[in-house]
Amino acid sequence: MKTPKPPSWPDRLLSWLVAPHLREEVLGDLHERFHRRVERLGEAQARRRYWREVLAYLRLSNLKRKPSAYSSPFYLSPVMLRNYFKIAQRNLLKHKGYSLINIGGLATGMAVAMLIGLWIYDELSFNTYHQKYDRIAKVMQSAVVNGEFGAGEYMPIPLGNELRTAYADDFISVVLSSWTREHILAYGDTKLTKTGNFMSPEAPDLLTLKMLKGTREGLRDPSSILLSQSVSDVLFGDADPLGKIVKIDNKLNVKVTGIYEDLPHNTAFRDMTFMAPWDLYVSSESWVKQAQDNADWGNNSWQILAQLAAKSDFEAVTAKIKNLRLKHVPETAYMKPEVFLHPMSRWHLYTGWDKSGNVEGRIQYVWLFGIIGVFVLFLACINFMNLSTARSEKRAKEVGIRKAIGSLRSQLISQFFSESLLVVAIAFVISLLLVQLMLPFFNEVADKTIAILWANPIFWLSGIGFSFLTGILAGSYPAFYLSSFLPVKVLKGTFRVSRFASIPRKVLVVVQFTVSVTLIIGTIIVFRQIQYAKNRPIGYDRSGLITITMNTPELYGRYNALRNELLQTGSVTEMSTASTPVTNLNSRLIGFDWEGKDPNLKEQFGTVAVSHDFGKTVGWQFIEGRDFSRAFSTDSSGMVLNETAVRYMGLKDPVGKTVKWNGKPHRIIGVVKDLVMGSPFEPVYQTVFLLSYEWASVINIRLNPNQSASESMAKIETVFRQFNPGSPFDYKFSDQQYALKFATEERIGRLASVFAALAIFISCLGLFGLASFVAEQRTKEIGVRKVLGASVFNLWRLLSKDFVMLVVIAFGIATPIAWYFLHHWLQKYDYRTEISWWIFAVSGFGALAITLLTVSFQSIKAALMNPVKSLRSE
Amino acid sequence: MRRSDLGEFEEVVLLAVAVLVPKAYSVMIAEELERETGQTVSTGAVHAALQRLEQKGYVTSVLGEATAERGGRRKRLFTVSALGGRVLTEVRSVRNRLWDRIVPPTLLEWS
Repeated sequence: MKTPKPPSWPDRLLSWLVAPHLREEVLGDLHERFHRRVERLGEAQARRRYWREVLAYLRLSNLKRKPSAYSSPFYLSPVMLRNYFKIAQRNLLKHKGYSLINIGGLATGMAVAMLIGLWIYDELSFNTYHQKYDRIAKVMQSAVVNGEFGAGEYMPIPLGNELRTAYADDFISVVLSSWTREHILAYGDTKLTKTGNFMSPEAPDLLTLKMLKGTREGLRDPSSILLSQSVSDVLFGDADPLGKIVKIDNKLNVKVTGIYEDLPHNTAFRDMTFMAPWDLYVSSESWVKQAQDNADWGNNSWQILAQLAAKSDFEAVTAKIKNLRLKHVPETAYMKPEVFLHPMSRWHLYTGWDKSGNVEGRIQYVWLFGIIGVFVLFLACINFMNLSTARSEKRAKEVGIRKAIGSLRSQLISQFFSESLLVVAIAFVISLLLVQLMLPFFNEVADKTIAILWANPIFWLSGIGFSFLTGILAGSYPAFYLSSFLPVKVLKGTFRVSRFASIPRKVLVVVQFTVSVTLIIGTIIVFRQIQYAKNRPIGYDRSGLITITMNTPELYGRYNALRNELLQTGSVTEMSTASTPVTNLNSRLIGFDWEGKDPNLKEQFGTVAVSHDFGKTVGWQFIEGRDFSRAFSTDSSGMVLNETAVRYMGLKDPVGKTVKWNGKPHRIIGVVKDLVMGSPFEPVYQTVFLLSYEWASVINIRLNPNQSASESMAKIETVFRQFNPGSPFDYKFSDQQYALKFATEERIGRLASVFAALAIFISCLGLFGLASFVAEQRTKEIGVRKVLGASVFNLWRLLSKDFVMLVVIAFGIATPIAWYFLHHWLQKYDYRTEISWWIFAVSGFGALAITLLTVSFQSIKAALMNPVKSLRSE
Repeated sequence: MRRSDLGEFEEVVLLAVAVLVPKAYSVMIAEELERETGQTVSTGAVHAALQRLEQKGYVTSVLGEATAERGGRRKRLFTVSALGGRVLTEVRSVRNRLWDRIVPPTLLEWS
């Protein structure tokens, strides 16, 4: 029989707790007792008793370690540690300038890295507010038209129904939704324009809204509405919102059935401030009802969200549903349409495809800024290392004395390490403060609501981990190199730093400036690109132009009355309606035919319906032909093209020719200069303008330039109050809308310039420190040279030459790198600036000038010094 | 020397050491006491008492041989020191003197 053994883990507990000199007897006694009990009482009993035996040993006398016969090592001796800290503190205080540069530079670098880290964290955690984050997908479709890949999220209604019924096993829920658009919400006298969606009743559950009042089931009632907390607060104040009746767009009465917590800033639906039922939307909009009743696969105007069943995965379901559109609309086969699922985890960073179908989304910026962050931090570390190595040579004597009175090498190593760790710790604390100070500004530039993750262990772990790493890296040179000095040599004064000791430092300076110059060039080119697009002729006059959305029925059918009333105020020089705002071409249609059309061309035109006065309102310019005119009744079937459309159609002499649209002939009466209605970075889209008063969604108003805008707006508002009393008066200035098109690029530009400035600042700090160090080291040499007749200029040149050489080398390396990356970046814009040579020249001279400024301060100071003073002290 | 620094348990353990010498170690002592008092005595308690006694100088100890059932660990063997012996005798004589002064009728009442 196997002899029973006592349980093993009390042993482990005891051998960990009990003092080493007692372990043997204690464990031995326990085991022996156990065995004797097994013999006498049986194993079960023995085991039971064993626990009490073990516990009886847990007393202080057993835990207390026996004092060692030898003195404890230095790292446990508080006296020695205190001495290290005292020396570190004295060193920092004695050289205040260096300490400031050292700690300040490092803190700035760490702060930048931290900011970028927080930004990346925010980007990566986008949409994670929704608890079903990893099971939600947006249904999208892709197509290849004329060889160009395109993907869109505009979907037909029947697809939603088909997914719900034919693929019920794969989806837990399928949600149809309108787009987040502005609607008027009215309760009593309070009228607000708020953005919201009409969604299927499963939506609140899909998005896991946090309901503050009511339930997620609230949307099942076809005339209900869920409000976000902020909207509810404005509408109802402190009153209980549940059950109150709210009017949407002056026509739909709905009951408030729930209040949900505002969606946070980093979610895709952050602008959705209310949610109304899909069925209400269908019944109130005839074109939607038509599409739903006729199961119209041709009308792609809505979004479809879906929650995947637990056992299904995105790829497999995508493969199943891929050909749904092809099946139902076989005539689209030429464009190879494919339906696919776009997982929520990829919405934010991986939405966007180039012409051959490769993903290009925000993830590129995440990478870009990640790399910049790493580089800035790297620069700061280089500085820190450079300065601490430079300084440490000064401390050779201290090392000699410490060794002479008995320090071991390991003691010196840990002394230097603890010193650099101390400095890094201070820098870390300062960088936290800096980040806290810079966050409001940063949030504004980056359009974020980031805060320091005080409670996040990962944040602290990485912050402290990184600080530790920097401290060790920066401290390693002095620690290992200095501690190897022979005390005899150092104290006797025959100690010489080898010629090559400064090589690593020089390499580091070159690396630093390579990064800085690259960033300078990058920033200049980003801004050039923005400016280039801003200066582009846009074909209409956007200043003093306002648009008002026609979101209530009251504004329709009263065109002339409204126009006359507005013109009479004297504040308005012209008014017109259009189917799209002039800054947003949002309708591209097919079905055009003309003489000489290439039968293989799958044509698509931006299609805008306008009123007679549109041209005068926006100020378009004719190249050929004439504007729409009331004098010609035939103009009701007239058509105005833009230049691109003429080129696209291949027409010579377009005016007078006929274009058929869905079978109906339209006569071309004029050609206008291209209007930049879409992205200013892209070529203008081929666009046709037709005359229609019914197909209108915005009112364009040209303000009288001779009157102040605020005065004009007040007058216009009274007119609108009279025509449309039920709605708030909301308008948008076209120049502001146009400026928004640059938001992304400007954001990048501003962030990049901030980072570039910081990188240069850090590099200069380092250079400044190094220059002063070199000047100090060569004090004697300068003295001798002066005595022998060197001029201040000679000395200045002597001292600056080295650094200028380094910067020139750095510039040489930076130029091709910057060119490569920026050339690549510019490729994604069709309308782009060139990378001209002068940008490099300016950056190079800029870097050189900054270097000289930094270095000159030190070198001139050194050169002006009285040689008597520097030579006397021997 | 203060008498009070020998606790009752310590006294019993010290006596057990004296009885069991030369094979007096925690396990043996604990079992001996269990046998004598009929109560469970843990080696931990005995060990602690022995440590205290050793600190006071009433016992001395050496490490003895190892056995298999101890997992190859050595045992600590205790002997009563001269000082310990004297303390024991002194305690005993105090008790004896007191016992001797109890009048027979009281003893009779107890039995």
